[in-house]
Amino acid sequence: MRFCKTLLHRPRLEVAMLFLLMSTLASAEELTPQRKVELQNLILQDCGSCHGMTLKGGLGSALRPEDLDGVAASTITHIILNGVPDKPMPPWRGLLSDSEATWIAHALKAGVLK
Amino acid sequence: MRLLRLIILLAAFGGFCAGSSAQPQLRGTGDLGVVIERANGSVCIVDTTVRAILSCIDGLGDLSHASAVFSRDQRYAYVFGRDGGLTKIDLLERRIVKRVLQAGNSIGGAISDDGRLIAVSNYKPGGIKVFDAETLVQVADIPATYGAKRERSKTVGLVDAPGRRFIFTLYDAGEIWMADFSQPGAPEVTSIGRAGELPYDALITSDGRHYIAGLFGEDGLAHMDLWSNPIKINRVLDGYGKGEAKLPVYKMPHLEGWALAGGNFILPAVGRAELLALNADTFKEAGRVKVHGQPVFAIARPDGRHVWVNFAHPLNDTIQVVDVPSLQVIHEFKPGPATLHMEFTPRGHEVWISVRDADMVEIYDARTFEKRGQLKVRKPSGIFFTSRANRIGL
Repeated sequence: MRFCKTLLHRPRLEVAMLFLLMSTLASAEELTPQRKVELQNLILQDCGSCHGMTLKGGLGSALRPEDLDGVAASTITHIILNGVPDKPMPPWRGLLSDSEATWIAHALKAGVLK
Repeated sequence: MRLLRLIILLAAFGGFCAGSSAQPQLRGTGDLGVVIERANGSVCIVDTTVRAILSCIDGLGDLSHASAVFSRDQRYAYVFGRDGGLTKIDLLERRIVKRVLQAGNSIGGAISDDGRLIAVSNYKPGGIKVFDAETLVQVADIPATYGAKRERSKTVGLVDAPGRRFIFTLYDAGEIWMADFSQPGAPEVTSIGRAGELPYDALITSDGRHYIAGLFGEDGLAHMDLWSNPIKINRVLDGYGKGEAKLPVYKMPHLEGWALAGGNFILPAVGRAELLALNADTFKEAGRVKVHGQPVFAIARPDGRHVWVNFAHPLNDTIQVVDVPSLQVIHEFKPGPATLHMEFTPRGHEVWISVRDADMVEIYDARTFEKRGQLKVRKPSGIFFTSRANRIGL
């Protein structure tokens, strides 16, 4: 009831957040907590060899939320899955599923990987 | 009776004091080394004779991709962190002597042949910086600017060369540069010439003669003979990929630890599950070895008979051993998840291997391949033994 009231009071923000939450949940639906831990290790330790363990960059770009500001999650997902032609960033398709790449893109933008 | 008790007490106390104020046990450092704990910002000092950790030292910052060089007396380790930290560690007192944050983002370093200069390779801001090895006071800043916009290039493949020189490669500019510190005053900095597209790492041979840079953006390597005059850069193994599609490279290969045996250099290919053999006289291809995946390190056992190879993600649980004369894989085993780095004892009787995701350093007999021991280390990556102090390019 209170939620509905809040929705009525601040419709745009709440609806936007709800959609964001739903889309994140939908994309992460298949990921088990165990898999998320594995992906977190993969990002910090393996992606970290080029992007830095704190994701502040190295041979590869910096990937902190402030660095990804203005870059759509769908763009990041695309780069993860397909790589960057003629650059060292390899395509991860085959090793990561679409939903895993999407989860990583959102997690990078949210800055939750520490 | 009471007096007797007092005397005993005093004697015991005196003994305790004498014990605690005694000189520390004398020891050398030739069998010591350091293991990087990449996720904890710490470095563990290890003893390779008794296969033990002596002490772990915290407070070294971001140590992803960290490496180390050693002072000529093998007492001090200089550790290069990702976050621009340069830390001098006393292996005997087991403590940080000095630490400076010299850049925002770094990738490794080198020590000059006279042991007096430490050079650090930087990504951000690009270029190299050089420090006094004793005090870590900055001696030179070499920005490595290129192009019309005078941008600073990331630098890779920084090594020492005989005659108080450093050689390094500009990742963004694709050039090889030399900084000569042989004369007093400012160093003489020279661009030797073009290496090629996206050079990712380089090596110098232990005689200080050949510098070879690997290229990510082109099918070949750049070779420079420092004994030639003037020094020129030649393309070698040109087109080794034969125009075939590259395999995805989930971890960039490293060129340090190159092998020279039977007259050939053995190097990891890029985007191919192969090692390349390069004739050391003609610099022509001398053969290939099919291996398990994208090689990361191809490290020669110190006698040069075998080359040990580890691999990029997701095949990074495996090591293969290649017999150099026959260019055949003669042994394969799986130390565990994320087998990142190998370091041989100075004469190659044992090899230490970091298995990052098992939080373990494993020790093997380098001839029989039998496991000799293991040490619990948190997320170990690079392993560096003090014998590197006596080798050009390490």
